[in-house]
Amino acid sequence: MPENTYDAIVIGSGISGGWAAKELTEKGFKTIMLERGKNVEHIKDYTSANKELWEFPHRGGRTQQMIEDYPVLKRDYPLNEMNLDWWANEKDAPYVEVKRFDWFRGYQVGGRSLLWGRQSYRWSEYDFEANAKDGIAVDWPIRYKDIDPWYSYAERFAGISGNRDGLSQLPDGEFQPAMEMNCVEKDVADRINKHYKRTRMIMGRVANITQPLQARTNCQYRNKCWLGCPFGGYFSTQSSTLPAAMATGNLTLRPFSIVKEILYDKNTKKATGVRIIDAENNQTYDYFAKIIFVNASAINSAWILMNSATDVWPGGLGSSSGELGHNLMDHHFRTGARGNAEGYDDKYYFGRRPNGPYIVRYQNLFDDKRNYTRGFGYQGGASRSGWSREIAELNIGGEFKDALSEPGQWSIGFTAFGEILPYHENKITLDPNVKDKWGLPVVAIDAEIKENELAMRKDMQEDAIEMLTIAGIKDVKGYDGGYTMGMGIHEMGTARMGRDSKTSVLNGNNQVWDAMNVFVTDGACMTSSASVNPSLTYMALTARAVDFAAKEMKKGNL
Amino acid sequence: MDRREAVQYISLLLGGTLVGANSFLTGCKTKNEVSYTFTDEDIAFLNEVGETILPATATPGAKAANVGEFMKVMVNDCYEEKDQKIFHEGITNLQNESEKKLKTSFMQATPEQRHDFLVALNKEQKDYTSGKKADDPAHYFRMMKELTLLGYFTSEIGHTQARRHVPVPGKYEGCIPYKKGDKAFT
Repeated sequence: MPENTYDAIVIGSGISGGWAAKELTEKGFKTIMLERGKNVEHIKDYTSANKELWEFPHRGGRTQQMIEDYPVLKRDYPLNEMNLDWWANEKDAPYVEVKRFDWFRGYQVGGRSLLWGRQSYRWSEYDFEANAKDGIAVDWPIRYKDIDPWYSYAERFAGISGNRDGLSQLPDGEFQPAMEMNCVEKDVADRINKHYKRTRMIMGRVANITQPLQARTNCQYRNKCWLGCPFGGYFSTQSSTLPAAMATGNLTLRPFSIVKEILYDKNTKKATGVRIIDAENNQTYDYFAKIIFVNASAINSAWILMNSATDVWPGGLGSSSGELGHNLMDHHFRTGARGNAEGYDDKYYFGRRPNGPYIVRYQNLFDDKRNYTRGFGYQGGASRSGWSREIAELNIGGEFKDALSEPGQWSIGFTAFGEILPYHENKITLDPNVKDKWGLPVVAIDAEIKENELAMRKDMQEDAIEMLTIAGIKDVKGYDGGYTMGMGIHEMGTARMGRDSKTSVLNGNNQVWDAMNVFVTDGACMTSSASVNPSLTYMALTARAVDFAAKEMKKGNL
Repeated sequence: MDRREAVQYISLLLGGTLVGANSFLTGCKTKNEVSYTFTDEDIAFLNEVGETILPATATPGAKAANVGEFMKVMVNDCYEEKDQKIFHEGITNLQNESEKKLKTSFMQATPEQRHDFLVALNKEQKDYTSGKKADDPAHYFRMMKELTLLGYFTSEIGHTQARRHVPVPGKYEGCIPYKKGDKAFT
């Protein structure tokens, strides 16, 4: 095999890239995984994971220098001194906001699999049918039955803990034992589940293992997942897919590899490889392979396609549909309600659980009808308040200190996560004027939520108030902390799947219609966003697409 | 902090019940230029202010956790310049007020005098804060109190002595008995 030639190339090493590498290498394909950022070695490079809070000079907070250096990241919670290295350098890699878009990027081996929220839910048949039934955008080219076995496959390997709750709108999977609700959550769940036919409050399904799996130790309830887990307690590229891929002997991992374009042969109508810039020495290198998996995260995967085959299509590979870069989605959230639980002063909990209960979507399902389409679910939980509370009558002194050293009032809160529709006009384009550190054109992002989401947000708050009130919670208050596109960190849709090459970028097997040996299996491929967290679906779609690619290779079709 | 926690913080912030942790989430806007310096006397003074807010009881107080030094780091690195100014002027203000009301310096006053003095100052701060508009300047004593709480409860003493700190819990138990007086888990 000539140098720089492999059977397969994977662009990106996050959740879906890691899965692509694992599946390809396990099927015997010599694979190179290209990652634009630095390497992060499992355990060894989790430099903050075993530090205590008091070992950080600002106790985890943010300095003025950090605020200056990270003008985007500072907009929400991710900017902190504990894992600053795992968020993209905004000066090196800028982007243009036609409208405000909070793009929180993880540019390193493992990508955002190191940082993700780990909530893991299957999509239901209702989600896959939704676009067709509502006449919105285009129909998904697959249905639940097509992905069901791949969800099982992904769950078994990734390790998802949760209960089998028997709900058609949130299908059960192959779960490890669920984490436990605390006393208040159990009682609130009982009351909500008794009162409402329409929904269920269940324990969150999460990619933290409750039993050992592979070489991984079960979750130790430290709740420090975003610092990397030395126990391998949660699914990440480093804890799960990368060791499996490495064990095959078929994987080459190349950090500091910024993919500039996919090389395309217009005679064969296939990609031949990719061209990269080495982020350290600025040299250009070409890599060749029979198949290419694009897993650079939704916006960057579309960016790569836009920069590829521009001699054939000025808008790039996949642009013949007119949909490349369009239909950008996310989940909107940061609104809900919270209140206090009374009568539990003699109850407490032990351990820091990195998970909480989930309230399953019910809007516009079964008999429920709303003045908007689609819906939302809630994530939240109950806890006793800590030292940062006010105590009436006690403000200064020893009694105040001792009172703050004890757990305070129980409270419970829920935040809704809502579906965003795929709007053609929510899009990314290449900005001709702005270049990054490597001279590459940057994306301009132009997206916003519209009437449907704004109408939904009212219910997201009001329904939470109603549910908590019915559950006997006191002093219930709604809130809306505001949302702008991107904050959900669930970018989706910029190279959507579909049934027709005229209206979609990818077919039902995640192949680019215009280059059948190029597969896109990250958030870019999503035809709609549903209301549940999307990463488990990327895992399943990736494994499914690799299986398909391998069969096509065998048949000589690729 | 992950998103679940962040979301809880946001809802608490909007509920207005959170003191001290604001600096984790609210961004500041301007570049930091350290134009104020903390002397050793300032730090000793701030440790005494902190100790009055959170004194040693059965567990060590704020001075043992060196909250004075922590305040210096946070004000220098994390505060906007206008807030640095308020904080530094606050050190002088607090000393002047003490001279006026106690007829002695804060450092010379007895723990009881200091306590009563800061109780009154805290009331003044609370009244001011509850009436202030978003853009109005913060009260210096609110800053000192917030930083004392943050500095103490995020310190090693605040974790391992004031509360119960289990670095690796290993399990989660959702419903265990609690009796008044038991310390919180970190």
